[in-house]
Amino acid sequence: MKHFKEFLIEKVIWFCGVTSIVIVVLIFIFLLKEGLSLFKHVNLVDFLFGRKWYPISDPPHFGIFPLVLGSLTVTLGATVIAVPLGIASAIYIAEIASPRIKEILKSGIEMIAAIPSVVIGFIGMTTLVPFIKHYLNLPTGLTAFSGALMLAFMAMPTIVSIAEDAITAVPHKYKEAALALGATRWQAIWRVVLRAASSGIVAAIMLGIGRVIGETMAVMMVTGNAAHIPESLFEPVRTMTATIAAEMGETVQHSEHYFALFAIGIVLFIITFIINLIADLSIHRHRE
Amino acid sequence: MTILTKFKFIRFVVPILVFMSCALSCERNSQNPSIQKEHSIKIKGSDTMVNLAQAWAEAFMRDHPQSLIAVTGGGSGTGIAALISSTCDIAETSRKMKPKEQEEAKANGINPVEMTVALDGLAVVVNPENPIDRLTIDELSDIFTGKIRNWKDVRGEDLPIVLLSREVNSGTHVYFKEHILRKGDPKRTEEFDDRSLLMPSSQSIADEIAQNPNAIGYYGIGYSSPTQKILAIAQDYNHPYFLPTIENIKNGNYYISRPLLMYSNGEPAGWIKDFIDFILSPEGQKIVEDVDFVPIQ
Repeated sequence: MKHFKEFLIEKVIWFCGVTSIVIVVLIFIFLLKEGLSLFKHVNLVDFLFGRKWYPISDPPHFGIFPLVLGSLTVTLGATVIAVPLGIASAIYIAEIASPRIKEILKSGIEMIAAIPSVVIGFIGMTTLVPFIKHYLNLPTGLTAFSGALMLAFMAMPTIVSIAEDAITAVPHKYKEAALALGATRWQAIWRVVLRAASSGIVAAIMLGIGRVIGETMAVMMVTGNAAHIPESLFEPVRTMTATIAAEMGETVQHSEHYFALFAIGIVLFIITFIINLIADLSIHRHRE
Repeated sequence: MTILTKFKFIRFVVPILVFMSCALSCERNSQNPSIQKEHSIKIKGSDTMVNLAQAWAEAFMRDHPQSLIAVTGGGSGTGIAALISSTCDIAETSRKMKPKEQEEAKANGINPVEMTVALDGLAVVVNPENPIDRLTIDELSDIFTGKIRNWKDVRGEDLPIVLLSREVNSGTHVYFKEHILRKGDPKRTEEFDDRSLLMPSSQSIADEIAQNPNAIGYYGIGYSSPTQKILAIAQDYNHPYFLPTIENIKNGNYYISRPLLMYSNGEPAGWIKDFIDFILSPEGQKIVEDVDFVPIQ
C-alpha cells in the first residue's frame, strides 16, 4: 500500500512536470506555424529590414525595422538607467546597510514587482509625460525616454534582488582576506566581492533586460506608438509588443496582418530566448 | 544556493510575462460574454459609436425587459472581424467594409447587410492656445502626410507639429486617410506620416490635445470639450469655411462627415430587426442627437 502511494505520487508529479513542458512546446509550435505562414506572402528581408509598417494599406507594408529599433531603443535606455542604479542598490543592501535597513529596502524593492504594469503606465501617462515635455522642451512627452524611465523602474526589482543574492553568496573569507591585506572597504567591494559575484550580476542584468523587452502595457501608454525609425531617445517610438497588442484585436484570423503579428511574436521570442540563454550560461559559469 | 533557485524562478516568470503580454492582445479578440438571457444581441465595433449604441441598447432594454444587448468597442475593424468570425450579431462601423473583408466574410459563409444608422462629423482639433482656427483639406492632407511640419507654414507660430492619429484598427483612422489624406481618390497612395503618434482611443487624443499646444488630431464631434479647439474646414481656398455643427453636417456643408453603419449577417430578423427598427424610429434618432451625433433624417 505504502509502495503504491509512493508510485502514485511519483507519477502525478511526473505528469505535472511533463505537462508544463508540453504546453511550452505547443505554444512554440503554434507561434511558429502562424508566424511562418507570413513568408508565403512577404520575403524575410523585406519583413526584417523594411522601413514601413502600414499593415492595413493596399498593398500592405510589413517592415518591422522601425518596430525592432523602437524596442531596442527603449530597452537600451531602460538598461542604461536601471543597471547602475540596480547594482548600486544591490551593493548597498548586501554590503553596507544595517540589518534593519536591509530588510526594509529588500521588501520595498520587491514590492515594486507587485505593481501591475497598466498602473505604472497610467501613472507615467498622467505625471511623467507632461513633466518630460515641459522640462526637456520637447514637441511631445510621449517618447522612448518616457518608456525607458518607466521600464527601468519595472526592471529594478529583478536586477536588485538577483544581484544582491549574488553578492551575498560570495564567501566572507574573500572580503576578510582583502581587508586583512590592507584594502579599504570600497576596494574590497569593488576589486574582490564584485569580481567574485560578476557572473551572477550579469545574469541579473540579462533577466532585467528580458523583463523590459517583453513589457507591453506600460510602453504602449507612454511611447506614442509612431512606427518611425528613431533618431534619438527623445522621439516617439513603436515597440514590437505594443504593435501586437494594439493590432491583434483588429485582424481577421489567418489574414496576412494576423500572420505578420505572429511573426513579430517569433522575433520577440528569439530575442528573449537569446537573453535568457546568456543569463543561463553566465549562471552556470558562476556555479563552477 | 539561493541565487540559483531565484534564478530558476525568474527564468520561468519572464517568459510567462512575455506570453501574458501577448495573451492580453488575444484576449481582446475573444471577448464575447456569453449572456444567458432569452434574447441577447451582441454588438461590437467602432469606438466612436460605443456610447451611441449603448444609449440605444439601454432605451431598448427598458422597453423590452426580456432582451439583453451587450455593446463592446475595439474599433470598426475589430467589429467586422468579429462579425466574420460569428462572435457578434451586429458590427457597428464608422467605415464601409473593404472588398477584402467582403471576400473573407463570403469565405466564412457570412452575408453582411449594411444599414446607415446615423451621421458623424469628424472634428479636427488643436489646443486652445494655438492661434490657428481654420484649415483647408489640402493643408490638412499636407500636415498629416508630413509635408508640412511646422505651424508657421500654415499661418501659425514657429512650432513643430505633433500629429495624433488613431490606431489602425479604428474606422476613423481609415476614413481620415481615404477622405482627407487621399482626398477621396482611391488611386492616390498617401499614408499618414510615420511620425504620427497612434493613440489607442479618441479620449487619449482629446487628453493629449488638451495639454500639448503643438498637437493636432481628429475625432468624432461627440468627444469635443472646451479644452480642445475645433477648426473650421474648407474644401479649398475658394470655398467657405464651416464648423462641424449639426446643421452644417446635415445639409452637407461640412466636408468631413460620414455615415455610421451597422452590419448584420443576412437581412435583420427577429429581435435584431426589432432593435434596428427602434434605432431608425424617431425615438431612436432622438437619442442620436442626445449623444452629439447627427440623425439621418
